[in-house]
Amino acid sequence: MESKADVVIVGAGINGCALAYELARRGKKVVVVEKNYIAYGATGRCGAGIRQQWATKENALLAKRSVEIFEGLSDELGYDIGLRQGGYLIAIHDEEGMRQAKKNVEMQKSIGLPVRIISQEEIKEIAPILNPEGMEAIAATFCPTDGHANPFKTTYAYAMAAEKLGAKIYKFTEVKDIKVKNGRVEKVVTSKGEIETKYVVNSAGAWSKKIAKMVGIEMPNKPIRKEALVTEPFKRIFDCMVISFKHGIYFSQQDEGQILGGIPSPEEKIGYYTQPTFSFLKHMAYMLGKYAPPLKHVSILRQWTGFYDVTPDALPILGETSIEGFIQCNGFSGHGFMIAPMTARLLAQLICGEKLEMPIDRLSMERFKGEITEERAVVG
Amino acid sequence: MKIVCRCEDITEEDIINAIEEYGCTTLAELKQLLRLGMGHCQGRTCLILAAKILARKTGKSLEEILPSFRPPAVSVEIGLIGGENGE
Repeated sequence: MESKADVVIVGAGINGCALAYELARRGKKVVVVEKNYIAYGATGRCGAGIRQQWATKENALLAKRSVEIFEGLSDELGYDIGLRQGGYLIAIHDEEGMRQAKKNVEMQKSIGLPVRIISQEEIKEIAPILNPEGMEAIAATFCPTDGHANPFKTTYAYAMAAEKLGAKIYKFTEVKDIKVKNGRVEKVVTSKGEIETKYVVNSAGAWSKKIAKMVGIEMPNKPIRKEALVTEPFKRIFDCMVISFKHGIYFSQQDEGQILGGIPSPEEKIGYYTQPTFSFLKHMAYMLGKYAPPLKHVSILRQWTGFYDVTPDALPILGETSIEGFIQCNGFSGHGFMIAPMTARLLAQLICGEKLEMPIDRLSMERFKGEITEERAVVG
Repeated sequence: MKIVCRCEDITEEDIINAIEEYGCTTLAELKQLLRLGMGHCQGRTCLILAAKILARKTGKSLEEILPSFRPPAVSVEIGLIGGENGE
């Protein structure tokens, strides 16, 4: 194992791997330490969606800049990430929802997103399998440049590109401790040896809280168990991701033709419980039938669980901390995949002392000391 | 060309390539990279074949490699499993 590095990244999910690439590209000596395998956690269990329609400007901007990077990523990394931009259709259910949607759309348009409010008829034009009555939708918002990419392929693409540039990724290697000297990180103790380093990045997803504790930092993140399912594949019948903030549902038809989706489980609770539940399956199947009646005839192949690493305001925790060299890259609250390209770029700029393309001060942990603005546009 | 996963059209060559080129040492990684076992039969045919290839290439034992599922996942007659002569 490498005994010295400029940066040790804890966790080989999408954010850890993307950051490894961005740092390696800037000439840094990077080591990624992963307890399991690449994309074992939330990345490999996520809904694969890429959405720019957020309620807070921070998320919308991170997502928009990320989509710009996603669009050229297969070429940049030399590996097809399976990007498809079929849009996100977000159901609006009532007057209150319409008020919030109008507010969101106004902000989203101000940063240049091609989003618009569409009628029930347009919902059916965009995705004929949808039933606005069953969805209880009076309208929807639609952004055609939203979409999805393959989370496995995207993470591997970043990981392999990082390795080509000299980064080392150690799988099945656990971080046991992080040593701090005079208020600055000194070395990382792993199950396979010690690494001296100037920076440690905490991108351990739902396990970030444990990593932060090693340097004495208490984090407000909570692991929230989520469930998803996938059906048998069939001919493409719609292109967009369909979601609802009220019902918490999301689903789309993936590249291979399968329907992938999730909804909050009626038995949802905080903790590391990983068993899939029948109540989720029943609830999701019922709601899919209401949203898109033809899907009643499709078989479910598989269900699984994963964790959202949720912060009090559902915004990520990024950047520097009270321990010099200890950098946060977690708390993605269910949307870490879609904002990873820009997040990684910004953190690489921070670590390398470059000028940041957009400020991230408001995303540091300091914000929890004051009043917080919660991101409400969350599903799953 | 030897087909290992019929649902997802994956060959022995694909698997060996994933092990040698991308450093896969687990079924989970093969699944992520190749969609092995993610098709209609959910790995009932291919997982054991892929596990044997993994065992051969990595030196791990089958017990270490195979997931902790409980076969059979579909009902099957005792006579069919037991065979005619206890073979």
